[in-house]
Amino acid sequence: MPATTLSKTAAHDPRVFDLDEMSLRELNQALHNLAPGSNETAWEVLNPKGSHSVAVGVDQPVAIDVRGSVGYYCGGMNSGSAITVHGSAGPGVGENMMSGSITVKGDASQYAGATGKGGLLVIEGNASSRCGISMKGIDIVVHGNIGHMSAFMAQSGNLVVLGDAGDALGDSIYEARLFVRGKVDSLGADCIAKEMRTEHLELLQGLLDRAGVTGVKPSEFKRYGSARTLYNFNIDNADAY
Amino acid sequence: MCGIVGLFLKDKALEPQLGAMLSQMLISLSDRGPDSAGIAIYGAPSKNEAKITIQSTKPDRDFRGLEAELANAIGTPVTIAVKSTHAVVRTTPAKIDEARDTIQALRPDIRIMGAGDVVEIYKEVGLPEAVVDRFDVRKMTGTHGIGHTRMATESAVTTMGAHPFSTGADQCLVHNGSLSNHNNVRRELIREGMTFETENDTEVAAAYLSSQMAHGKNLGEALEGTLSDLDGFFTFVVGTKNGFGVVRDPIACKPAVMAETDQYVAFGSEYRALTKLPGIDNARVWEPEPATVYFWEH
Repeated sequence: MPATTLSKTAAHDPRVFDLDEMSLRELNQALHNLAPGSNETAWEVLNPKGSHSVAVGVDQPVAIDVRGSVGYYCGGMNSGSAITVHGSAGPGVGENMMSGSITVKGDASQYAGATGKGGLLVIEGNASSRCGISMKGIDIVVHGNIGHMSAFMAQSGNLVVLGDAGDALGDSIYEARLFVRGKVDSLGADCIAKEMRTEHLELLQGLLDRAGVTGVKPSEFKRYGSARTLYNFNIDNADAY
Repeated sequence: MCGIVGLFLKDKALEPQLGAMLSQMLISLSDRGPDSAGIAIYGAPSKNEAKITIQSTKPDRDFRGLEAELANAIGTPVTIAVKSTHAVVRTTPAKIDEARDTIQALRPDIRIMGAGDVVEIYKEVGLPEAVVDRFDVRKMTGTHGIGHTRMATESAVTTMGAHPFSTGADQCLVHNGSLSNHNNVRRELIREGMTFETENDTEVAAAYLSSQMAHGKNLGEALEGTLSDLDGFFTFVVGTKNGFGVVRDPIACKPAVMAETDQYVAFGSEYRALTKLPGIDNARVWEPEPATVYFWEH
C-alpha cells in the first residue's frame, strides 16, 4: 500500500499501556526504545494511580495521554514529547524538561517544572509551592494559583500565572521573567515589579497562545524580575542572602 | 522520608472496613519507609470499658497470668486480648490509671503503647504488610485511624521509635519530617510533669499537643500552636477520641494529599495511598496548605 493512502487514524492508533496490567518499567522502556521516525506517535497510559516517574526521559516527538493522576516526576527530562496528564500531578512534574510539552489538566504538587531547560509546562489547575524553582529556560503557564517560594533562583525562561502567587515569589531570581495576573503575597529577595513593555506584552501573548489560554489579555498581568543587586557579593546585602 | 496515612469516616456503613482500608493505604506507601510501621485505630466507644495497649518483647513470659494478677491487684475484672507482641487490656474506665501503674509494677518490661476509651495502637519494626498481618489490622473496625511507615532519621529503629506516638488518653500522632528543637521542648514538658519513653522527636510533638489539650485547648488550637512552638519539618496527622487533624509546617516540604467525600476524609503522603478508596474519582482532592490547620470531629 502506498504511504500516501495511509489514513492518519489507522497509522496512529494509540499504543495503550494499562499500568494495572503492565509495569511502569515496561512502559518507560518501550518509550525509551522508540527510534527516530517511529510510526508509534500516539501513546495512552491507563490507571497510573499516582505512580512515580510516568513517561520520564522520553526523547522522541510522540504524544502521550495519561488517563488519571500521577505521582512524583511525571515527564521528567522530557525531550520533545507532548504529554497530557488527564488528572493531577505529584511533586516534580516536568523536572528538568528539555523540550516538548506537558499539560496537566488538574493540579500540580510541589516544584513543578523545577530546573527545566526548555519546552512548555501548562498546569490547568493550581500549582503548589516552589513552582519553577531554578528554572533554566522552560516556559510554565499556570491557569490557577502558585504556592510559596515559586521561581526561587529562577535563571531563565518564563513563568505565567493567571491567578495569584504565594509568599517569596522569585527569591534570589536571575533572569527569568515572571508574569502574574492576580495578587502576589510577597516578593522574595531581589525580586521586583518591572515595567511591562511592548516586547513583554508580545512575548506574553505568544505564551498564552501556545498554552491555549483565551479571553485573557497580556495587559492584565504584572511583570516581575531581578533587581540584580545580589549578583555580586556586596557586604551591605549580607542580610539578604 | 516516611509515609503517613489517616482516615476519618463520616459514613457508619464503612466502619467495619476501617482496618482494611487503612491497611491498604499504608501498604501502598511501603517504599517511603521500610524500617517499621504502626497504626492506631479508634473503635466503638463503650461506657463500661477503657483500654490500654501494651507491648512486650517477651510476650509469652510477660502476658502469661497477667489478666488474673492485674484483676486481683486492682480488685476489678480485667480482660487481656493478646495479639503477637501486643495485648489490649480492658477494664472499667475508673480503674484505667491504676491498671496502667499496676501493669508497670507487675511487669517492668512491658511498654505502654497507649490508653484511652477507644484507641488501640500497634507498631513494630518491619514492613507495613508484615505489621498489618501480625496484628490482623485488616479485620479491625472503627470510626477513624492513622498509620505510619518509617524511614528513621532521628532515633533508633525500635518498636518504641515507631509511630504512632500516644502521650495522652486517646491521643496519638504520626509525623513525616524531623524537628530541630525537640530537646528544648522536651525539657519544658518534663518540667510540666510529662514523661517520655524515647529520645524521639515525634514523641515530643505528641506530648506537646497532649499538654496543650490538657490546658484546655481544642485539637485545632493545639495544632495551631505547633506552628510557632515547634521548629523543623513536619506534616502531622493526629487522632483524638472523636477528632482527626492535619497540619504542615510553613515550608511544607513533606508531601501531603487529602481527599474528602460524603463518606470520609482521607490523608496520604501521596495520592497513591488514596487510589483504592471508594468514590475517589469523584472526591474533592487537594494538597493541604502550608501552616494551615485542618481538623474534623464527630
